[in-house]
Amino acid sequence: MSSEKIDVRYVAKLARIALTDDEVERFGAQLGDLLEHVDSLATLDTASVAATAQVVESRNVEREDVVTQCLDREVVLEAAPQRQGGFFRVPRIIAE
Amino acid sequence: MSNPLIERSAAHLAREVNARTLSAREVTDATLEHIDAVDAQVGSYLAVLHGEARAAAARVDARVAAGEYLPLAGVPLSVKDNMCLTGTRTTAGSKMLEHWVAPYTASAVARLLNAGCIPVGKANMDEFAMGSSCENSALGVTRNPYDLSRVPGGSSGGSAAAVAAYEAAIGTGSDTGGSIREPGAFCNLVGFKPTYGRVSRYGLIAFASSLDQIGPLARTVEDAALAYDAMGGHDPMDSTSIDRPLETTATHLRSDLSGVRVGIVKEFATSKLDPEIDALYAQAYRDLEALGATLVEVELPTADFGLATYYLIAPAECSSNLARFDGVRYGLRVEGSDVNEMYERTRAAGFGPEVKRRILIGTYALSSGYYDAYYVRAQKARTLIAADFERAFASCDVIACPAASSPAFQFNAKSDPYSMYLMDFYTIPMSLAGLPAISIPCGWVTPAGGDRPMPMGLQLCAPLFNERPLVAAAHAYEQHTRHAEKYKPALTEMIGR
Repeated sequence: MSSEKIDVRYVAKLARIALTDDEVERFGAQLGDLLEHVDSLATLDTASVAATAQVVESRNVEREDVVTQCLDREVVLEAAPQRQGGFFRVPRIIAE
Repeated sequence: MSNPLIERSAAHLAREVNARTLSAREVTDATLEHIDAVDAQVGSYLAVLHGEARAAAARVDARVAAGEYLPLAGVPLSVKDNMCLTGTRTTAGSKMLEHWVAPYTASAVARLLNAGCIPVGKANMDEFAMGSSCENSALGVTRNPYDLSRVPGGSSGGSAAAVAAYEAAIGTGSDTGGSIREPGAFCNLVGFKPTYGRVSRYGLIAFASSLDQIGPLARTVEDAALAYDAMGGHDPMDSTSIDRPLETTATHLRSDLSGVRVGIVKEFATSKLDPEIDALYAQAYRDLEALGATLVEVELPTADFGLATYYLIAPAECSSNLARFDGVRYGLRVEGSDVNEMYERTRAAGFGPEVKRRILIGTYALSSGYYDAYYVRAQKARTLIAADFERAFASCDVIACPAASSPAFQFNAKSDPYSMYLMDFYTIPMSLAGLPAISIPCGWVTPAGGDRPMPMGLQLCAPLFNERPLVAAAHAYEQHTRHAEKYKPALTEMIGR
């Protein structure tokens, strides 16, 4: 674990956030600073330690496969930025 | 002068409304009138729910008249704006959701309403609950009612300010790394984060799902206990909610601490606290002892790594949770030439700087080549931190430590992100371990350069599912010390004008 310089533009592309040049510079410095702080974790001996994703008992939860009431389609679609009939409308995804 | 009703505790109001010596309508009208008079200055609420509140009050009065007993009858409630309430805007303090109207109600809120609460407003917060001062809200400024030049804490800062300023009797908060306990401490309140999974997260806009927990903010421990008892318990709509009976707390409060072993954390004693604040906590520990508790020293050797662990795990989870804000189904959309450009522009315009920073750090920590070095290592550190607590609880029942290292600070005092993150130093380890923890007023300090005494909070924490003894101990301390009553919000002077 070393705090090498983060390629902020690449990470922002993965996260689907457009950044200005100013943001790239500012966030780059701030994230580098934070990574230096988290590098302290490297000093912990974790070779034989299990990873924790969830701290309290967790198990798979199932329910009977019965139809129950869900949100009204009209109410949900009212919140959509753009709709077409009973669908969410999005920009073209597959090229012509 | 304002109506004295607004300063009554939730327990008092509910008693009177159930006895029909007071109506929910009277309480609601007095509270709304007070909000209309002071909220322009405090800024607790993003929306004041005049219509919803009056309708709820009518329902509560009708139910009580029909002979029902409601544990929170007529109690004005502030709802943090990351919790859905049908038909109201639920923004999470973000431009992304500025105009989004929730089509359903969060389980915790629904339970409080069913118990008789009156939803008077949706409270401001740090955007998507990321922050410790409420300054990261994209939609408004909230001020500390004890000194309007200072922050209320965060992320549940709006709810905390509302309850402190008598704009509600109780408030809902959500706590991921300290977001109930720190604003509680800053605003002279009781801030209670139950065990992870005790309160359903259904209808809570997710930040970091393995850490997020809903809990109450209140002016007394009894009120926090009543609110917890009403909102807690298993919910089939949240598969991480704990499927075991809720141990209610409000009827199990204590007035002494005999037989209780209180752990004082060795590593925290060497921390770099201001001497006056250090002395205040030392006094708090002596007060616990005076109540009959036995103080024992406990060790949390990896607690120091809490901040580093948290600032990998929480951003990693948030980068994944916030992927849903893509401009397709709800919320903001900024058009682009293709779908990717639409995503990128929407998220650039909809998220504020702190949210972007956390998404970026989380995306980095989860990205190919860094996953093991950062995310997995943090998850392993989390195991060590939880194990520290488990060892410590072998020799004590409750751990006592600061809730925050300083009183509420002034606006723009923490411009460097890491200095803001440090505010959660004492609350993060408990969050990582999933433990129930509560902050209670423990005294006042006048910050350098300030001219008003500001409240400080003592944090108590207990083993998983030990809410009952935890709340009982907090109550004993509160009743013995009565620090909260010493000063009134700066606000009362405003009302008097």
